[in-house]
Amino acid sequence: MSTLTTRSHAGGAASPAAPPAPSRKRAALHRQLTAWAFLAPLVIYLVVFYAYPLLRNLDLSFRDYTLRSFIDGSADFVWFDNYVEVISSSAFIPALLNTTVFTLVSILFQFSIGLALAVFFYRRFPLAMTLRALFLVPWLLPLLVSASVWAWMLNSESGIVNAGLEAIGLTQINWLTSPQWALISVLIANIWIGIPFNLVILYSGLQNIPVDLYEAASLDGANSRQMFWRITFPLLRPVSAITILLGLVYTLKVFDIIWIMTRGGPGDASSTLAIWSYRLGFGGGSPDLSPAAAVGNILILIAFAFGLIYIRLQRRMVQS
Amino acid sequence: MIQRGNIVKINNKARVLGAIVVSSALIGGLAACTGTTETSDGGTYTLWDPYPDRDASSTWAQAIDACAADLGITIKRNAGNTGDTVKDLTTAASNLPDIAMVDNPKVSTLADAGLLTTTDDNGFDVSAIAPNILSAGEIDGKVYGVPVGANTLGLYYNPTVLEGAGVDIATVTDFTSLTAALEKIVASGKKGITFSAVGTEEGTFQFLPWFWGAGADLTALDSPEATSALQLWTDWVKKGYAPNSVISNTQGTSWDEFKTGDFGFAENGSWFKSSADELGYMSIQVPGINGGAAPAPTGGEFITIPIQKDTARYATSAKIVKCLSEGDTGATALGYVAPTAAGSAAQLAADPTLEFWIGAVGDAKPRTADNLGIKYGIISEQLYTAVQNALSGSASPADALAAAQAAAADKLK
Repeated sequence: MSTLTTRSHAGGAASPAAPPAPSRKRAALHRQLTAWAFLAPLVIYLVVFYAYPLLRNLDLSFRDYTLRSFIDGSADFVWFDNYVEVISSSAFIPALLNTTVFTLVSILFQFSIGLALAVFFYRRFPLAMTLRALFLVPWLLPLLVSASVWAWMLNSESGIVNAGLEAIGLTQINWLTSPQWALISVLIANIWIGIPFNLVILYSGLQNIPVDLYEAASLDGANSRQMFWRITFPLLRPVSAITILLGLVYTLKVFDIIWIMTRGGPGDASSTLAIWSYRLGFGGGSPDLSPAAAVGNILILIAFAFGLIYIRLQRRMVQS
Repeated sequence: MIQRGNIVKINNKARVLGAIVVSSALIGGLAACTGTTETSDGGTYTLWDPYPDRDASSTWAQAIDACAADLGITIKRNAGNTGDTVKDLTTAASNLPDIAMVDNPKVSTLADAGLLTTTDDNGFDVSAIAPNILSAGEIDGKVYGVPVGANTLGLYYNPTVLEGAGVDIATVTDFTSLTAALEKIVASGKKGITFSAVGTEEGTFQFLPWFWGAGADLTALDSPEATSALQLWTDWVKKGYAPNSVISNTQGTSWDEFKTGDFGFAENGSWFKSSADELGYMSIQVPGINGGAAPAPTGGEFITIPIQKDTARYATSAKIVKCLSEGDTGATALGYVAPTAAGSAAQLAADPTLEFWIGAVGDAKPRTADNLGIKYGIISEQLYTAVQNALSGSASPADALAAAQAAAADKLK
């Protein structure tokens, strides 16, 4: 990319000074074409797999699509009707609230547990490597497997968690089937899945903190708590910011875990925007493709906002 | 970074896109290697079915091959995924198969989209088909397909558990006596009943016998009859006659629960008949609120003939449909009760233990019946949501159903 821009700049600067001979012009054109040829695979890839689906989704959300529309191509342009319908729907506020709670609580726990583990593993001790590798397991498992196992463990009647609770004299909790617990259950599973990601990034961030800072601090008589809050935490801030922002975007779109464990239920108790979009489009008996696309676009907008914050943050870090 | 976030949405579109890619790959690739009968040059016809688990050596594939041989044509079979039939057919609108097997409540959706021919168009004679099964494919007097067979729901029971609790199955004739039986079973230290009230179409499917059995109608979800049916289920869960897990159970997991041998009753489908026979479980029809048998919903696929540019193909397609739906070859191969009287009689002659299920299918009713058509999908979604809300305790049965009726009416406006 950068080579291409500098070249075209150079060409632009040269031309007003001395009009190039036809052969030079042809050579420049040739270079241009070659450059485009090299770019083509990437551009085609981006257009086909990113730009087109996005535009198509926007188009879908501004029209009134039914199954019939796919056959005869007729779908009225309805402006923001789908968005109005979705936002004024009684399912919108619960879905938005669930998405917010799900995302924020996930991040809070994933980050703090991930950070605690990263600091713990930073001190080298026997078996540290093995233990750290074990903590990565949730990341390696297919989500389908993890979510199914969680659903199985949290089953009201035959789940191991309830068996454990009953063994210590507590009553059975309907983890997946009561409105109070369903969201908490999927949160627990999602936090467990997200910890390794936080652990890995924060651990690598720790490696970049100069060891002499800790040495100097210990010479000055700082205890380990002071060292964490005065050295580790502030110096880890850039990495932390990125971890949290990436986590936000990842968590916003979580679909599989919730769908497998509760299908967004009971009722709407654990339905997030992603789940709701799927339910609208493919879950129910009648495919509401356009409102589903509208919900998806709202989700994209939210993720986009966080993406912008991320880019700004990164730019500020590069500058400093 | 932005692209990452977008994956959220692209997912949905990607599914559709993926479906196109996959289905076209399937037509080209898979169909070429499975179930292609090279008989003669009477032409090649394509058939889509949702049974990917039945390979080229299955009885179903053999039934298709036999039809192809009879008619002197080649039938290319493409086994897709049940959930995607509607989407696959829609995205393939310009290149539809000659025959498509469609889950019965989806027939009206596809017919409404203008994808299917009527029996008037393709000249197929439906007079031999049992009217109660056929009506799922009937919209405004036009028939858009014929059932290959049907299955339905019944009430399985475990005689050992009932005996231990001192319950005589003959006394279980209505809602009250069934609840009394459950009470006795629970008192004897066993578990009452298991079913599936999951928040998908399966949940509605399982609730319908009770709903219809109480005299309720899908056009009025908030009727007192509907409330009494949902009250029955809610009370069972509240009193512990049914486990709390029914809220998340699919029919498969519910059957697994029943197979533990701890349960007295289980509402489940005729497709578990052989498993039940093996374990010594028996079955009765779901009772109505005041006795008699409640109508259970029919399950099973319809054989439809999608629109073709070359209308001359319909004549042969109709012959394929006839071959698969007539008699009991197609139905027996798929484990369904045959849709014609002659077919089910032949099945009964071959296996007398089928008597119960043939009777149950005779009393059953399609979900899209009463000319509900495409409205059914919207109503069903609200109904299973109401069931979920009531059973999980987030709303009373009456409130949950009132909200469901309001939401359905709003969507159907």
